[in-house]
Amino acid sequence: MHVALLAVLQVLVVALGAPLLIGTVRTVKARLVGRRGPAPWQPYRDLRKLLGKTPVVSETTSWIFRITPYVLAGAMLVAAVAAPVLTSRPPLAFAGIILLMSLFLLGTFFLALAGLDAGSAFGGMGSSREVAVAALAEPTVILAVFTLALHANTTNLGGIVEHVAAEPLLTLNPAHLLAFAAFFIVMLAETGRLPVDNPATHLELTMIHEAMVLEYSARHLALVEWAGAMKLLVFLTLLANLFFPWGVAADVSAPAIALGLLALGGKLAILTAALALLETAIAKLRLFRVPELLAGSFALGVLAVSAVFLLR
Amino acid sequence: MAPLVYALTALLGAAAVVIGLSGMLGAPWTVHVAWLVPLGGLSLQMDALAGLFVALVGAATIPTSLYAIGYTAGERRGCVAYGVFVAAMLVVPLAGNVMTFALAWELMSLASYVLVLDGARAGRESGASAHAAWVYALMTHAGLACLLAGMLLLTAWTGSARFADWALAAPALDAGARSLAWVLLALGFAAKAGGVPLHVWLPLAHPAAPSHVSALMSGVMIKLGVYGLLRASFVWLAPALPWWGALLLLIGALSAVIGVLYAIVDRDLKRLLAFSSIENVGIVLVGVGGAVTFAATTLPDLALLALAAALAHVVNHAAFKSLLFMAAGGVQHGAGTRDMEALGGLVKRQPWTAACFLVGAVAIAGLPPLNGFVSEWLTFQALLQNVRLPQPALNLVFALAIAGLALAAGLAVACFVKAFGITFLALPRSAAAAAAHEVPVTMRAAMTATALACAALALGAPWLVPALVRVGATLVPAAPPVTLDTWLTLDVSADFARLSMPAVALALAAGVLLPLALLVVVRARPRARRYETWSCGRLLQTARMEYTAIAFADPFTRVFDFFYRPARRLDVDRHPESRFFVRRIRYENPTRFIVDEWLYRPLNRLLRATTRRAAIVQSGSPNLYLAYVLAALLALLLLV
Repeated sequence: MHVALLAVLQVLVVALGAPLLIGTVRTVKARLVGRRGPAPWQPYRDLRKLLGKTPVVSETTSWIFRITPYVLAGAMLVAAVAAPVLTSRPPLAFAGIILLMSLFLLGTFFLALAGLDAGSAFGGMGSSREVAVAALAEPTVILAVFTLALHANTTNLGGIVEHVAAEPLLTLNPAHLLAFAAFFIVMLAETGRLPVDNPATHLELTMIHEAMVLEYSARHLALVEWAGAMKLLVFLTLLANLFFPWGVAADVSAPAIALGLLALGGKLAILTAALALLETAIAKLRLFRVPELLAGSFALGVLAVSAVFLLR
Repeated sequence: MAPLVYALTALLGAAAVVIGLSGMLGAPWTVHVAWLVPLGGLSLQMDALAGLFVALVGAATIPTSLYAIGYTAGERRGCVAYGVFVAAMLVVPLAGNVMTFALAWELMSLASYVLVLDGARAGRESGASAHAAWVYALMTHAGLACLLAGMLLLTAWTGSARFADWALAAPALDAGARSLAWVLLALGFAAKAGGVPLHVWLPLAHPAAPSHVSALMSGVMIKLGVYGLLRASFVWLAPALPWWGALLLLIGALSAVIGVLYAIVDRDLKRLLAFSSIENVGIVLVGVGGAVTFAATTLPDLALLALAAALAHVVNHAAFKSLLFMAAGGVQHGAGTRDMEALGGLVKRQPWTAACFLVGAVAIAGLPPLNGFVSEWLTFQALLQNVRLPQPALNLVFALAIAGLALAAGLAVACFVKAFGITFLALPRSAAAAAAHEVPVTMRAAMTATALACAALALGAPWLVPALVRVGATLVPAAPPVTLDTWLTLDVSADFARLSMPAVALALAAGVLLPLALLVVVRARPRARRYETWSCGRLLQTARMEYTAIAFADPFTRVFDFFYRPARRLDVDRHPESRFFVRRIRYENPTRFIVDEWLYRPLNRLLRATTRRAAIVQSGSPNLYLAYVLAALLALLLLV
């Protein structure tokens, strides 16, 4: 019963909080470059507007194109229940990082197919680039979290959070820090942020994610954007709660969860600010320099795992 | 006549499933017929491991035989070889002595050789050639030579050609002797399994064979190589040494990465699948390598876990790879080509084939909620626990294997986005693809059944995995590392990791339906308007504006150019009057195979040079040959 309630609460937090997160990043970025920018809740208005519009679906597309937004949103909703967002043991208690990454990849898989479905060069280009980035990013995430798993002696995300929370000094462990760096770089790539992809541009030659979803409109686009926001939120939450599990509720009780929510809000605010600062300070990488960045983070991940074996 | 043979083969498969399952779950038995085969007689020996593989071969045969009825359309060519091929594959796991094994193994290789050659000669499989069959014959016989050498050595050392005696005598053998025999056997079995660098025959032979045969070759025949590796490492030559496992781990990781890298850049649908088989055999070999290493370092529970993971991937890969090969055959059947650059838009013309291929693609990419995810997950859980090994050198080998497997998993997703997306989506790239037709009902039934099997193997993981653990426990006795918990959760190594596939499937179904239900409730579902694809205001959309298979793979060709050694050739034909007028541009960007370049080409050169030297003694003159005979005779008389 408690678990079911927690699951509902967690889905609500992720689903409703995700647009706010995106909006905050945009607002902070605008302020950093001296613009006033939209209010942080602008994404909600955008989503509502999109939901009211008539979708335009290309004649070339098939049923793949139509089911993809739902599959994508579904995968992200399951990811929301499988990640340790409020409590250390997520509602889908058995979930590990492999399941979580596979859910993200499931979304990417269908989205890339939908990009190819309309038969335009943009969609194909976006799909090709997106799967290239995802394929190179995935092993790094797995390696980074494996580093934590090796310390905690479980691949269960809840178990990892509890273990890191119980050993505060672990946050200064070299393997841990290497893994954090690797994970952070991959987070940027996986969620389509600078320097890998620019979420604010529709310039043909550089876009990755936006090119892939170019054919989507109205409620389909709303679902895709909402799912993208949820992915960013879940990734940032993982970064916050796996590596710095301060304040994460250890049990399912109202005060603990309230505290967990507050702590999460605080950590996300810091990460959001860092993300916005990073995105204002650096330029987008040339597309074919991106693999070098990802290879670098993969190397960090391999080093992190090796460090666990060598420094025990 | 041909449909009857295929129907009988399907019945044989069904019987094999029953016999195999009873052997897997029941008591072992042996059959010995001394007069049937020379040198030791025919000897069949059933135990849990053999039962599993017999059942697997049988289960894969049922849909492929059904499929063959529609695919061959009554053509008689090749149906007998197909029956012999299946029967030989059923005998290989049961073989109880060297002679029975060698006969069944060679019959299996010969029958599949005939089928490959047949596909090539009939021209039914485009792009095939006698070269494919030749390379296949060469590699499979080189493998057989290694196997026989290893088996004869063991026969000489133990004084018996019966496998049961080897297991008893092996512990007394010297470690060096066991290693020598293991290397020879492993070479032979790895060549059949398609492990890098012995995989060269696979991408040639699998596409050349008719699709129902390709499905069996990739789905189950190469798994018999894995079967042999398991037998040799855990039964015939036990106790294993740690470096055997480390070697298998490295070969497995290399196969996984190299296999999927070449799969991504290929434009022939069936060759892409063949390369992907190398990747999946790599995943299995990593599991086997982990099991051997753990068993050799006295961690039997982890060895059992890794073994169960490898067996699970063997079973799952048999399901989704035969499904994918059948669907690729459906594309060939319907559109007349397997070249992805000439395909596209088939999802509208061949909806069944497309849906079945999609199921196979999701499964092989290791995505939930299908079966590929379960075995990859299990393999990772087994490898991760290597932290319990005290030797840092072995830990690093495991870390490499984990990294390789993770990279291969990511690349496999990209590979199958391309395979499905380019083949089935967007506009048809040729007239043949535009006029494609759906396949006959027998083929559809076979593919649908296999697709359902993929889903069933995923949802049935709570029962499948413990059953495989019981099979593995006959090789590595240990307490079961996987237990079934509440909510059908698989609990690995006492809370190291957990997974409930039914719960994942249920959650995904709920997650997909929730947004749909919400949209219906708030009535935000205006009817969609159909319109043309937006593309910068151009007038007409044609297939030439689509991304091609090669273009899709381009980021990978650039990133991994070390492996592909791309040879870019740009040939621009300009107008003689002005260089600004180009008449024709010819661009080629073929990829080359690093293993061919580095291993087989020098080997080939060496072989040719040696034979040229050796040819000096062959003058063709009878007198000289008589002199050789005399010299040999004298030398023998002097020596003996």
